[in-house]
Amino acid sequence: MTHTKIREDTTSANAPILETRNLVKRFGSFMANDHLNLTIRTGEIHAILGENGAGKSTLMNMLAGLLEPDEGEISYRGKPVRFRSPRHAMEAGIGMVHQHFMLIPALTVAENVMIGLKNGRGPWFRHAKACADIRRLSESFGLDVDPSAKVGELSVGQQQRVEIVKTLYRGADFIILDEPTAVLTPPETEELFRVLRALREQGKTIVFISHKLNEVESLCDRVSVLRSGKLVASAPMKSTDAAELARLMVGRDIVPPAPRPVPAKSEPVLEVRELSLRRNNAALLQRVCLAVGEGEIVGIAGVDGNGQRELCEAIMGLSADSAMEGEIRIRGSVVPRPKPKTMTELGVGYIPEDRQQDGLVLPMSIGENLILKQFRSKRFNRLFTLKRSRIREAAEAAVREFKIKTPTADHPAGKLSGGNQQKVILARELMQRPKVLIAMQPTRGMDVGAAEYVHRRLLEERERGCGILLVSTELEEVFALSDRIAVIYKGRIAETVDRAEANVDTIGLRMAGL
Amino acid sequence: MQGKPGKVALMVAWSVEAGFYVAAIAISLLAGALVMAAAGVTPWEAYELMWQGAAGGANSLKETLVKATPLLFAGLSYSFAYRCGLFNIGAEGQIYVGALTGTMAALLLPPMPFWVHLPLALLCSFLGGALWAGIAGALKIGRGASEIINTIMLNYIAIFLISYMVTGPLMDAAGSLPQTAKLPASAILPQLGGSRLHVGFFVAIGTAIVLYWLLERTTWGFQLRSAGLNRRAAEGMGMPVKRNLLLAMMVSGALAGLGGYVEIAGVQHRLMQNFSPGFGYDGIAVALLGNTHPLGNIVSALLFGGMRAGANSMQRVTGASTSLVYVIQAIMIIVMLVNKYWLGGFKKRIREALIRRVERSDSSSGSTQLNWNE
Repeated sequence: MTHTKIREDTTSANAPILETRNLVKRFGSFMANDHLNLTIRTGEIHAILGENGAGKSTLMNMLAGLLEPDEGEISYRGKPVRFRSPRHAMEAGIGMVHQHFMLIPALTVAENVMIGLKNGRGPWFRHAKACADIRRLSESFGLDVDPSAKVGELSVGQQQRVEIVKTLYRGADFIILDEPTAVLTPPETEELFRVLRALREQGKTIVFISHKLNEVESLCDRVSVLRSGKLVASAPMKSTDAAELARLMVGRDIVPPAPRPVPAKSEPVLEVRELSLRRNNAALLQRVCLAVGEGEIVGIAGVDGNGQRELCEAIMGLSADSAMEGEIRIRGSVVPRPKPKTMTELGVGYIPEDRQQDGLVLPMSIGENLILKQFRSKRFNRLFTLKRSRIREAAEAAVREFKIKTPTADHPAGKLSGGNQQKVILARELMQRPKVLIAMQPTRGMDVGAAEYVHRRLLEERERGCGILLVSTELEEVFALSDRIAVIYKGRIAETVDRAEANVDTIGLRMAGL
Repeated sequence: MQGKPGKVALMVAWSVEAGFYVAAIAISLLAGALVMAAAGVTPWEAYELMWQGAAGGANSLKETLVKATPLLFAGLSYSFAYRCGLFNIGAEGQIYVGALTGTMAALLLPPMPFWVHLPLALLCSFLGGALWAGIAGALKIGRGASEIINTIMLNYIAIFLISYMVTGPLMDAAGSLPQTAKLPASAILPQLGGSRLHVGFFVAIGTAIVLYWLLERTTWGFQLRSAGLNRRAAEGMGMPVKRNLLLAMMVSGALAGLGGYVEIAGVQHRLMQNFSPGFGYDGIAVALLGNTHPLGNIVSALLFGGMRAGANSMQRVTGASTSLVYVIQAIMIIVMLVNKYWLGGFKKRIREALIRRVERSDSSSGSTQLNWNE
């Protein structure tokens, strides 16, 4: 009780550290930020919520000096400021931890922290002194970081702490974290929250960008919601709740998926038997058995990095560099040597985990990305030339049907936001009316509205009779969609249970290997 | 959402790009003038002479086209590989090997009519270049060896191979110079009206157009562009990326090889030692200036060809070295690269200002939705 009391006092008593007045940023004549008036107070953890494309990143990039505002002003510590580069923002005391870390894996923690800085006089880098400084600093904030470790050998959670130390070392009092939990496991998330609370105790101000409402609810003091570039609400966390925030973000109520009939037992459309995979003497998958029936969603829960990616890539024939044993059957018949092309021809669709690297050719148009798998079909191909008008029609149809937000249908995929990029992939895979769909992290990094849309489409595919293998690290997602649930841990899958019999706690324990 | 506002934005973008291109060329010429002045040549006079030599009359124009031909082939060779995600620095070697295989077909085959012999010789040069580049291509996809290093090294092998051939097995029996016998008339590219301009120039233009069509319109070109822009995704989509890259490397080499024989059969009429003054390397510059676009290459090859032709006439009159032209050419490349990579933000601001002005003057056009965030 006393704790909440303290929080109340700090949020109400403290003076604003940063304010924006009628802040405007345009891209072309698209309003990314539309006259924002935001106030952030000293010593609070302030959440910025919003769907993809709502303008969160644009706003943060302006605060951190990566973009310059078109109109309006930012005042920091009571004085108007104009940052021409991240360096200027840093000098003023504003640091940012990006979603994709800006670290060099081959260098040590100390070297990464010191990049671009001088320590002591003279041109030499004094590693021991840097290590001592960093150790002192990280201990004072309860951050467990070994300054002499190589960054490439650290876990994702540890690398994130290095990024935080980097900002602290540069004297940041105002730290922006861009979707920091997107890459973390639940225990790592807890650890991060502990660190952030410790930073708040020491008077640092934190801006926390997230999609995950429960996290915002448990961590933040105040919350601001952006929608289509406008600030729609800014309030103390205790005066609101997750349901209201979700409504504000999306602009309408979120309907949870309705309960669905259990599919009749049928012949499996996808069957994996005793699949083992080794690469450089490391066992990545060990005798994995799985079956997905017609019109069934099988969810694979698990903490990132336990063989999910390897499993999906092995099924799709994308692990040519690994020794594979076992059998993959599609609709009853064995696929002797799975290859991407064969699997596509057999009616297997694939939503890869890394949509930019594996799922799209970013500089190409939406239409060209749509036909990456079907360019040989009669629909798009005449002898050896492409039917360009058909491709354009397909792109326009996909933009309409999947509500892809884009200025034109032949816009490059790389200029779309993450959620819209995923919609392009979804459109491509569903265009082929797959019998089997391997969906890996289909909503990672997406906002509530877009994720809900993807979920609805997956359920529609299930209705149509498609068997779906859903791999997700979000337990909530697995429970919301799956008919049966399995847990993957260190390359093994113990058993698959019906959702009705599955229990969140036991699944959670299995994910941790217990 | 598309329609008029999108078109306005596109037109603005195009005109800004075009304006900067013209400005870049003007700045290079201005910088070149300073260099000329420093070298003791009156810039105005030198440029005047260069213009005379490049475009001052029918003969000058023809000379420009002659000079542009091998540059265009080499530029297309580099551009094609580049668009597929490969770096072919070996056009020079492929030019030599193509010239060799073409010449061998011309000299060693039994006499035959013109309409069989010339195409056959051109085909042989095409295949020779393809095979030479194919070595580096095979090493790249089979062993992962860098095609940059291997194509450069193959250049030396090719140049010395040709030196050996023209001083040994293929040496002209009637003379003592390091060159082959004169090609038979049936293997020579016809010249137009007794001038130096030969059919090869039109072959080069045709090749550029075919290449554009191949890359942008065909299914194979689509696969090549996908692999060039994101190899991992192309593989994941089930495209035969390795096979395609090997073929792309061979096509790239074939274009250079063809250029080699076109130079021999159109201008020199016999294969000789060191006949190429670095066409292969100049091709990289042509490709860069042409934005690695097949049709852009035509423009840049004509520009470079014109400067070469002009340089000769400038040297004849003023005595200034033709090297001055290479200086201007190098400045031009640097200015172009600055234009391409450093001025993005500046251009964007100009574009936005222009679009706003257009919108204000034409209030009925609504809002422009193009999002240019490079």
